[in-house]
Amino acid sequence: MTDDAVTTRRLRVHRFKRGDHQPHIEEHDVPVDERTTVLEALRWIQLHQDLTLGLRHSCFHASCGTCGVRVNGKERLACVTKLSDISGTVTVDPLANLPVLHDVVVDMGPFVARYPEPHPIVRGSEFLSESRTADGIDEHERYEDCIECGLCLSACPVAATDDTYLGPAALAYAQRLLEEARGADRDAILDWADQDTGAWRCHAAFECTEACPSDVRPAQRIMALRKELRHRRKDRDLEVPERPSSASEASA
Amino acid sequence: MNGGAGSTPHILIVGGGGTGGALAHDLALRGARVTLVERGEFTSGTTGRHHGLLHSGARYAVNDQESAVECIEENMLLRRIAPGSFEENDGLFVGVTDEDMTYLPGFLAGCEETGIPTQVLQPDEALRLEPLLNPALKVAVRVPDATMDAMRMPLRFFATAKANGADLLSWVDVIDLELAAGVVSGARVRDLVTGRETRIGADLVVNATGPWSEQVARMAGVDVPIRPSPGVMLAVRGRLCNMVINRLHSSGDGDIVVPQRALSVIGTSSWVVEDPDDLGVPSDHVQRMIDEGSVLVPAVREAPYRSAWSAARPLIGSRDDADSGRELSRTFKTIDHAVDDGVEGFVTITGGKGTTLRGMAEVCADVVSRKLGIETACRTRDTVLLPHTAAFAA
Ligand SMILES: Cc1cc2nc3c(=O)[nH]c(=O)nc-3n(C[C@H](O)[C@H](O)[C@H](O)COP(=O)(O)OP(=O)(O)OC[C@H]3O[C@@H](n4cnc5c(N)ncnc54)[C@H](O)[C@@H]3O)c2cc1C
Ligand code: SF4
Ligand code: FES
Repeated sequence: MTDDAVTTRRLRVHRFKRGDHQPHIEEHDVPVDERTTVLEALRWIQLHQDLTLGLRHSCFHASCGTCGVRVNGKERLACVTKLSDISGTVTVDPLANLPVLHDVVVDMGPFVARYPEPHPIVRGSEFLSESRTADGIDEHERYEDCIECGLCLSACPVAATDDTYLGPAALAYAQRLLEEARGADRDAILDWADQDTGAWRCHAAFECTEACPSDVRPAQRIMALRKELRHRRKDRDLEVPERPSSASEASA
Repeated sequence: MNGGAGSTPHILIVGGGGTGGALAHDLALRGARVTLVERGEFTSGTTGRHHGLLHSGARYAVNDQESAVECIEENMLLRRIAPGSFEENDGLFVGVTDEDMTYLPGFLAGCEETGIPTQVLQPDEALRLEPLLNPALKVAVRVPDATMDAMRMPLRFFATAKANGADLLSWVDVIDLELAAGVVSGARVRDLVTGRETRIGADLVVNATGPWSEQVARMAGVDVPIRPSPGVMLAVRGRLCNMVINRLHSSGDGDIVVPQRALSVIGTSSWVVEDPDDLGVPSDHVQRMIDEGSVLVPAVREAPYRSAWSAARPLIGSRDDADSGRELSRTFKTIDHAVDDGVEGFVTITGGKGTTLRGMAEVCADVVSRKLGIETACRTRDTVLLPHTAAFAA
């Protein structure tokens, strides 16, 4: 909260503690100004009205990826979503397609479990229109753009009906590994992505790219991954899927 | 009390910031039974919110040499045990004014005395490396600063502690300590996942709650000399520099720009509060980040806003000291409350930096081990840490 609070906004917050029969919505009126974010408003509720409200946060600047929630149904990082950019009532729900631990906190275990090995977080710089390199320097060491927030998985219509799907973040990560393998086993990564629950399951809805707060463009990366898989299958005289696989086919 | 004579001692760590995580890792490697409780997500206190500077120590080389030495030692060590967690792009101390130039000789001497390698760059060399620096710069000194991910680097300590058997519990709030006849024997906790209150017994409780350590110490009826001293940070879009850019002067506001992914983080300011939870983000401090940051990198002024926030340092000192918080040492302190206050079974570890988490944990674990008769020596100096993702694994 900044020091010049001016108005009050109503937040409707999803509440659920283990052992409850059902989640319910709690309403809170929160003092806000132009810059107040959803995270600051939720923190205000926690500190001034209900210490038991469960929230995830760490960095407060779109870098750790912990504060993902759905604000009026849309996936957002709470720490960089200003209330002044949202009109009307503000409803905050946990991310979808991951188990709810309590209140607006989801369990990230099943999310990180989808990632292929290895798990580095620093690589050569990706192409970024915003990043500059000095003359004679082609790339820098820098952190990956993906902040492992899970917003893409929450927005994904395929993940909504099929929890075996590896999902956009993990597949996008695999494509980054291939782009810059640095000794990682390319064939093993391609085998992993070539699973029925992998790159072929994506229905190209592009909801993930829409939701991503960090310009990772997971959908485009899945398309790039498929292109590479198609070539590999052709080279090996294997069948190349013409349409996305589906969970029902897999189990049939 | 849990675990009587002969059985493995049980240590309860309160606070899941970098310090608590590193301590859990250290004690787990020594074979102790460890439970850590954190009331929010791990690193949700000060740890996850800092700039993400892996200090070379150069920032403290003139005014706080004890901290400078701690920083450079840990800086080199962490690169070995947490490979892949740092952008190893170095840092520059940039002199812009004549006054900055008068700081240069003492700065170089201080770095030399504390073992921090330096390389003096002429303006054209510095601008070749960092084209967006203030073109009016007079000198730049290259030092081994680096960028860390303020959450993911510490999470590797949690991940490894967990793999070694430590019980790490997030969403568990300590609401009181159990104190009887001058002995702390556990904590009353509220489990935020179930909403229920329970107790956790222990042979020894360590208070690793950073800026909250005074609040937690009071639960055992003792005081710790901690001043929560917040600072504001500002993130703008665009990676305006690749190295960490510092102002060549004795610490002041807005004198550091840290690149992180496609963002640049400018920090920081310093004041003193009572409650480390309710910090606020004063608008004039945000403006100061823009004004002072653009002295180093002029493009800061035009760069699109991403976020502004505050975090509280756990600074050691007393409330009677000067009120800005800048004069206080950045080094850390382990307090055995049996010695200081006659309260047995209770130790506080606080102060320090994100950069010195492992070193702080080693000193504290030595104190804990001595008290509990654990004879295994510290092994964290050469134990390579697991990836951060293992901290969330089932
Ligand atoms: C503005 C600013 C910038 C900084 N920049 C840098 C930098 O660039 N590089 C660097 O190395 N260092 C930096 N630091 C210093 C660094 O952030 C801290 O020294 C370090 O994070 C402290 O870690 P900690 O684990 O001791 O405390 P914390 O991370 O604060 O951990 C304490 C934990 O205890 C928990 N807790 C509190 N009370 C309870 C309770 N009752 N029950 C359960 N849990 C509880 C809290 O939720 C919190 O997570 C900066 C600090 C500030 C303020
Ligand atoms: S791809 Fe984007 S939305 Fe998905 S986890 Fe990574 S940063 Fe978040
Ligand atoms: S708190 Fe780190 S991304 Fe929002």
